[in-house]
Amino acid sequence: MNVRSQVSMVFHLDKCIGCHTCSIACKNIWTDRKGAEYMWWNNVETKPGTGYPTKWEDQSIYKGGWQKTEGGENEISLRGAGKRKGLLNIFHNPNMPVIDDYYEPFTYKYLDLIESPSMDDQPTARPVSLITGRPIDIKMGPNWDDDLSGTQDFARKDPNLENLSPAEQEAMFQLERMAFFYLPRICNHCLNPACVASCPSGAIYKRGEDGVVLINQNVCRAWRMCVTACPYKKSYYNWNTGKSEKCILCYPRIEAGYAPACMHSCVGRIRYLGVLLYDADRIEQAAASDDSELVQKQLDLLLDPCDPAVIAAAKENGIADSTLHAAQNSPVYKFVKEWKLALPLHPEFRTLPMLFYVPPLLPVMATIREKIKDQKLHDIAKDWEDTWLYDTSTQELWGAIDQARFPLKYMANLFSNGDQNLMKEKLLKLMAVRIYRRHKTVGDVTEEKSNQVLKEAGLTPKMAEAIYALTSLAKFDDRFVIPAAHREQAIEMMEFTGDVKGSTGFGFKDQTAKRGL
Amino acid sequence: MNTFFFVIYPYLAFFIFCVGFVYRYKQTGFQVSSLSSQFLESRTLYWGVMLFHWGIMVVFLGHLLAFLFPKGQLLWNTHPIRLILLEVTGFTFGLLVFVGLIFLILRRFISKKVFTVTSKMDFALEFLLLAQVILGCWIAVGYRWGSSWFAADLSPYLWSLVLFQPKIKAVSAMPYVIQFHIIGAFTILLLIPFTRLVHFLVAPFHYIWRPYQRVMWNWDPKKVRSAETVWTVTRPRNN
Ligand code: SF4
Ligand code: SF4
Repeated sequence: MNVRSQVSMVFHLDKCIGCHTCSIACKNIWTDRKGAEYMWWNNVETKPGTGYPTKWEDQSIYKGGWQKTEGGENEISLRGAGKRKGLLNIFHNPNMPVIDDYYEPFTYKYLDLIESPSMDDQPTARPVSLITGRPIDIKMGPNWDDDLSGTQDFARKDPNLENLSPAEQEAMFQLERMAFFYLPRICNHCLNPACVASCPSGAIYKRGEDGVVLINQNVCRAWRMCVTACPYKKSYYNWNTGKSEKCILCYPRIEAGYAPACMHSCVGRIRYLGVLLYDADRIEQAAASDDSELVQKQLDLLLDPCDPAVIAAAKENGIADSTLHAAQNSPVYKFVKEWKLALPLHPEFRTLPMLFYVPPLLPVMATIREKIKDQKLHDIAKDWEDTWLYDTSTQELWGAIDQARFPLKYMANLFSNGDQNLMKEKLLKLMAVRIYRRHKTVGDVTEEKSNQVLKEAGLTPKMAEAIYALTSLAKFDDRFVIPAAHREQAIEMMEFTGDVKGSTGFGFKDQTAKRGL
Repeated sequence: MNTFFFVIYPYLAFFIFCVGFVYRYKQTGFQVSSLSSQFLESRTLYWGVMLFHWGIMVVFLGHLLAFLFPKGQLLWNTHPIRLILLEVTGFTFGLLVFVGLIFLILRRFISKKVFTVTSKMDFALEFLLLAQVILGCWIAVGYRWGSSWFAADLSPYLWSLVLFQPKIKAVSAMPYVIQFHIIGAFTILLLIPFTRLVHFLVAPFHYIWRPYQRVMWNWDPKKVRSAETVWTVTRPRNN
């Protein structure tokens, strides 16, 4: 057992209101620069939809992530990069997205409104490209399909619809006019990062202490392989500086004990951040496991921070007590391992992403009245005027949900490598907690009923209470349990602090002032 | 005049190249990049960049081999078929470089996006390379057989420079076209540290040997607080 620690995240999708505050917070701090205007290290997508960059999930286009090596038993290789492909394609990378796959950044000539001479017509502010400065026709934006879930252009081109039957797709097309959800995405700071593996210069690395994946800007030489290799398209090429950039998980903030900007600002309070301990010896094996057990194998890598054997091994590896303590209180550990509520996004890309999502229950509950009319619909189901309604009946664990509503398969394609049972398990738990709370607050569900429902979902009342508390009531310090960074120890390893003694407070940025020869 | 161009200038160019590269690498490491513009325009680039790079690699290799092994070169050329084969190959790849370069130059003017990321130095460099390639192809056609007289006359000249006993009699007698080609070559060498050409000095061959994953520590977690090592200064490898 080789214990390492990682600062990891959980996003609770039922709570996301799609306000994009997270994206703006990130943009303001990190990417409001020339060459980076088009980058959204944090972006929020409407699902079903094509996302940003367009159809990023379709690896037949972008060739990102890992795949099982053909012929090789338990081996994986990069789909569109790697030593051979990377070096052969170094002059021209055929799998690299171009700016139009994202969007051409633009602004408006606002000054024209103010400085226009008096004329018969209203002056207009024309859109201009932020690259060339010329007028452009805006065709695309980072959240162009925001809330446009029913459209031909976006929702129906969602790559996750691929292996849904025509009937299921039809059901969705009806539904999508009312049901969609938001998917906020940042870099997953993967355990088996494809971006790191693809970089010919070796500029990208994972930090041992907290697992943040970073690009060393001084070593990056614009070979552009990471842009292809990251299946989540979260490594971006800065066209101005000729260097690639990506989400840095606000490491300067984390080191100082603050939550990353996107998480701190999240209006829906959907985001949780905490330490996970994992076994680094088994990473390769987990990344190469069979499709059916991929998710399980990844979750198995995560270690119980209260297990004495794990604690001993962690101390052996020099993990600080404060980090261990943070791991024991980690909200992420609770969601992912204790309650088994959260899943990684697209585990089939085999990068072992360390950002987990609690799947959304609400869109699954949405339904159309006509379809359900002759089926059993409980009287407490909320009924709206038009033909749409939300089945909020909580008598049955599933009510009519089992019948094709928002297809489970679609969700399973996103979060569990197509495993519908795994997905259903999570949704059942979410539903069970709702029923339990209904029993507590409204009281129209008997205790017997609620206990039975919890049991079916594999929860206890105590767990349900804890889930409810962390989901709905959690305060800042409950949602973000940030370990101390211990930079002081790092500094002592890097520099002979005794040398600087007696001269601190007066010197240069990199060194103490020294007199000339 | 000849002494300046064929003795002083080469040494000067080489000196500036060395100092310039070390300076750029150490002081402005952030600026060492291939500055790829594929992100802004990919299709024309494919043709330009592929023809140019593969062409120039072969051509450069040809020059290098003739410089390193002039005897072997002459031996190879004793057979006319082999000589013609070599000359035709070299000329073809020279043409590829030319065509590729034309694509690249036109692309910089036609694509507005690429134009905005083009510096004056990029244009200067591209036209210098173009001139060099045209001269090279002209020499290959007009002054036969280059591979032989390069090995017989130019290799000794270059070696004389390397050994610090410059002998410029042979070059001084060469036609102007060839002389310009030589001066052009040293000019390119001189410019390498100050243009995007630096990227070929940092070609990532070490990728072949390194393991795929890289994990870095700000400090060696096992050594923290260990009494023997706490005072040893180990600089971190990142940043
Ligand atoms: S999400 Fe992409 S950029 Fe982030 S660590 Fe994983 S492979 Fe790298
Ligand atoms: S700030 Fe939070 S609620 Fe708003 S879009 Fe981002 S993740 Fe969703």
